[in-house]
Amino acid sequence: MHNKSVAELSRELESGKISSVELTRQFLGRLKKEDEQLNSFITITEEQALADAHAADEQRAAGKATPWTGVPFAHKDIFCTNGVATTCGSKMLANFVPPYDATVTENFRKAGAVCLGKTNMDEFAMGSSTESSFFGATTNPWGLSQGEKRVPGGSSGGSAAAVAARLVPAATATDTGGSIRQPAALCGVTGLKPTYGRVSRYGMIAFASSLDQGGTMARTAEDNALMLNVMAGFDPKDSTSIDRDVPDYTATLNEPLEGLRIGLPKEYFTGNLSAAMEEQVRGAIREYEKLGATIKEVSLPHADLAIAAYYVIAPAEASANLSRFDGARYGYRCEDPKDLLDMYTRTRAEGFGTEVKRRILVGTYALSAGYFDAYYLKAQKVRRLIQQDFINAFKDVDVLMSPTTPSPAFIQGEKTSDPVTMYLEDVFTIAINLAGIPAMSVPAGFVDGLPVGLQIIGDYFSEARLLNAAHQFQQVTDWHQREPQ
Amino acid sequence: MTISRTDIEKVAVLARIRVDEEQVSALEKDLGNILDLVDQLSAADTDSVAPMAHPLDAVQRLRADEVTENNEREAFQAIAPATENGLYLVPRVIE
Amino acid sequence: MQWDIVIGLEIHVQLATKTKIFSGSSTAYGAEPNTQANAVDLAMPGTLPVPNEQAFRYAVMFGLAVNAEIERRSVFERKNYFYPDLPKGYQTTQLERPIVGPGYVDIDLANGETKRVRIHHAHLEEDAGKSLHEDFHGMTGIDLNRAGTPLIEVVTEPDMTNADEAVAFAKKLHGIVTSLGICDGDMSQGSMRFDVNISLKPKGSDTLGTRTETKNLNSFRFMEQAIAHEVERQMDILEDGGAIVQETRLYNGDRDESRSMRTKEEANDYRYFPCPDLLPVEIDDAFIDEAHNSLPELPDARKVRFKEQYGLNDYDAGLLAGDSQLAAFFEAAADRGKDAKLASNWVQGEFSARLNAEEKPVADSPISGEQLGDLVVRIADNTISSAGAKKVFEALWTGENDSVDAIIDAKGLKQVSDTGELEKMVDEVLASMPDQVAQYQQESDPKKQKKMLGGFMGPLMKASKGQGNPKLFNEILVKKLGG
Repeated sequence: MHNKSVAELSRELESGKISSVELTRQFLGRLKKEDEQLNSFITITEEQALADAHAADEQRAAGKATPWTGVPFAHKDIFCTNGVATTCGSKMLANFVPPYDATVTENFRKAGAVCLGKTNMDEFAMGSSTESSFFGATTNPWGLSQGEKRVPGGSSGGSAAAVAARLVPAATATDTGGSIRQPAALCGVTGLKPTYGRVSRYGMIAFASSLDQGGTMARTAEDNALMLNVMAGFDPKDSTSIDRDVPDYTATLNEPLEGLRIGLPKEYFTGNLSAAMEEQVRGAIREYEKLGATIKEVSLPHADLAIAAYYVIAPAEASANLSRFDGARYGYRCEDPKDLLDMYTRTRAEGFGTEVKRRILVGTYALSAGYFDAYYLKAQKVRRLIQQDFINAFKDVDVLMSPTTPSPAFIQGEKTSDPVTMYLEDVFTIAINLAGIPAMSVPAGFVDGLPVGLQIIGDYFSEARLLNAAHQFQQVTDWHQREPQ
Repeated sequence: MTISRTDIEKVAVLARIRVDEEQVSALEKDLGNILDLVDQLSAADTDSVAPMAHPLDAVQRLRADEVTENNEREAFQAIAPATENGLYLVPRVIE
Repeated sequence: MQWDIVIGLEIHVQLATKTKIFSGSSTAYGAEPNTQANAVDLAMPGTLPVPNEQAFRYAVMFGLAVNAEIERRSVFERKNYFYPDLPKGYQTTQLERPIVGPGYVDIDLANGETKRVRIHHAHLEEDAGKSLHEDFHGMTGIDLNRAGTPLIEVVTEPDMTNADEAVAFAKKLHGIVTSLGICDGDMSQGSMRFDVNISLKPKGSDTLGTRTETKNLNSFRFMEQAIAHEVERQMDILEDGGAIVQETRLYNGDRDESRSMRTKEEANDYRYFPCPDLLPVEIDDAFIDEAHNSLPELPDARKVRFKEQYGLNDYDAGLLAGDSQLAAFFEAAADRGKDAKLASNWVQGEFSARLNAEEKPVADSPISGEQLGDLVVRIADNTISSAGAKKVFEALWTGENDSVDAIIDAKGLKQVSDTGELEKMVDEVLASMPDQVAQYQQESDPKKQKKMLGGFMGPLMKASKGQGNPKLFNEILVKKLGG
């Protein structure tokens, strides 16, 4: 059963071949055993999962099932779950049990899905390797057979590793600069970052509010569509959520790709992209040509400024978003503070990890008097130039394709000494968040036994088209079905 | 762009993060590297470009003035570090 | 040396919305601590703000009432600083694009002139919670019920030149927001709080001096005292050749002293930037028209009406029209009492004095305008003397009885106005005081005669058991003694 997709499991449950309780037990058993090696989960909610599975079986028996009723999955530990620890990978929230649900959490509850636990992540979603988690690094299941401990990418590395290792068929994730697509690529799974505003951010612990977007991770594009059907939609509790109809994302998966116009941004096929990686990505694009798509080179002239703009805007927003973690009302408080200032400064020095503190300090600096114009305002202007690049590109093409990452999964510890080296991991993904457009990463081959991701970028609200393109590709390739040994 | 020790100390005070003496050198290097990366921005010609605060060109929705929240003090204070008589307790401000 | 005083005000006006500016928590005053502080107000992780439409409606109404431009596209910014009563570690406020642009208010001065005070802008923001510093084992208690209550902060130009003008402006603004119904105006509960910016410059100089800001004054009296105090403090420093330090000061009204609020965390850098959780708010013509149509009568218009409708003079009309509750009370009293001048005297005299003495707003008055009107009727028709009227007022106020006539009866305050009866009493008293009668009749100075009449009044009141109409007694006395 663990190799089946959400769609398949849903059919099994519907046919009555297996109950949700049985299915949940199987997945929990496997999860508890396999995750000792991977550390992809921070919390496993066994009791709650079994209770939910039981309730799901009753729902199904009562004829009130949705496609998700009784299907196991997991939440990235950034989504608040009522009564279940929500840590954001941080010591600051290690003891934090929210008395409320994120809207995304609530949506999966309503759909009857069975959450097995909370997946590991870079602290406060700041990172590209899931090594900055207070709960220890997650290991990429790929590479283990060669005796190597490689990173799963990040920040949603726990979700990606868990899905790749078949511990869950699907997991939620979030993406601020590549945090869904990069780990999906490095773990050989399929992930989607929707248009900004498509999925509610309520109860999703904020990193950078104008960039954060909740999204999906599963092995198949079809399962991503099933997830998005549950997650997408207007939420009155999120002022930046968009009131716009949500299509059935599964309905258009089988549209033919004949005539699809694909743009290849030339800036995304240069630099530190290895020849082996490029060959795999170009191979995938040839598959699209066989499916009837046309290929055209396009240019995103300001692409090289994306990382610079991002590392002003994201830390600036984060510096304010993370001010609430002050030891006063919830979360970590340092021992025996001698006065208020001592409580603030020690709580935050001890509760946050190195990378989080670095970003808060950079963001504070960029917003401080004398630097605001040169950094923050300038970055916002560059952000518009980057957005304009995409708007121009989509005048001529339907989707853009590129590698998701410049290289496959790297060895743990390799990039932790220099933050900037780590930042460059997101060189092909970060501009998409600045523009707010949707993008996917789809398994597209292997280099040295490690997965390679193809990034498919779309115009605003084109999730259905991206899922369609990914699904059609997965009908003629089996990269997404490969299983790490 | 280099960032001075004084800058780091100033920013750490603003951000309310205690930075110990031995951490300053590492921060000087790391933040300096990040700012070097960020300094690429100065190359961009943005003279006639409007700053973009938000990805979508949308307008704020407003909520009706109706009470939707109940008293949930018990649930919220159950996860608080220190409370008494319904108040959150924090150390005093020493001026 | 002669100095010019330059005063500007910043006024925080708590809006009388049912819920907070960014959450659906109640704003009702006086609830148990933290029972009206929910996920968003507590800045729980992942929670997000959703703005309250009514706060915008109220801000627009305010803008229209002070002749201001309404910003069609306003933006919220984050003002970053750490304090335990500020759960998010930033205040959501407006800096670059406030909802209300430049406007003005005209104030009446004591010399009868009118002065225009310009408003620089007014912006929407959220209030902070409260820190309670009484002893919790050496800790501070935090109540976040008030956190997120909508405020408009009104910022004036430095157009005022003395405490009287500043207080007149503050009272005028109080009258405007309470008339609009956008603020309950209860300063004792912090519904309106004043910050005063003061600087001095040599008389006639064009260069502004360094200013200080005195924060959180919550009564007109404290404001007046704080200005006097600060002007004197600055004058002393400047005349000793010193320099004013730009700083925020806290005034203690009970001790009439102030101190600097500077701390070691002083060098504040608020790092304002647009709040990414909120989008620009667009206000369209329909919204403004609707707000315009819902504007009630404002103090300036009411003053004109009071002069016309009730025949009040400029001063009385201005005073009564300035405060919407006082105005409504007066109108009830005048309409019931049928004597507007008398009603005006009683509202401004006995009634206001009593409210002030007990530090009560008009809303908490134990008597109604109608009751005062009933009292006015009985004064005007000579049923009771003014001394009796004060007794009736006292009985109404203390709740002894709520009917004016019942009180008059119960206390036997009805004046005897039967002239036959009164004449008999006068005859008897004059007969018993022959020496005084002779003295009176020998006196040629009418002024002294008038004084001597008082000598008969005591025995007359005694004879009538205090119920004789003094006016009639007087008339009869003059007639009998002169004749």
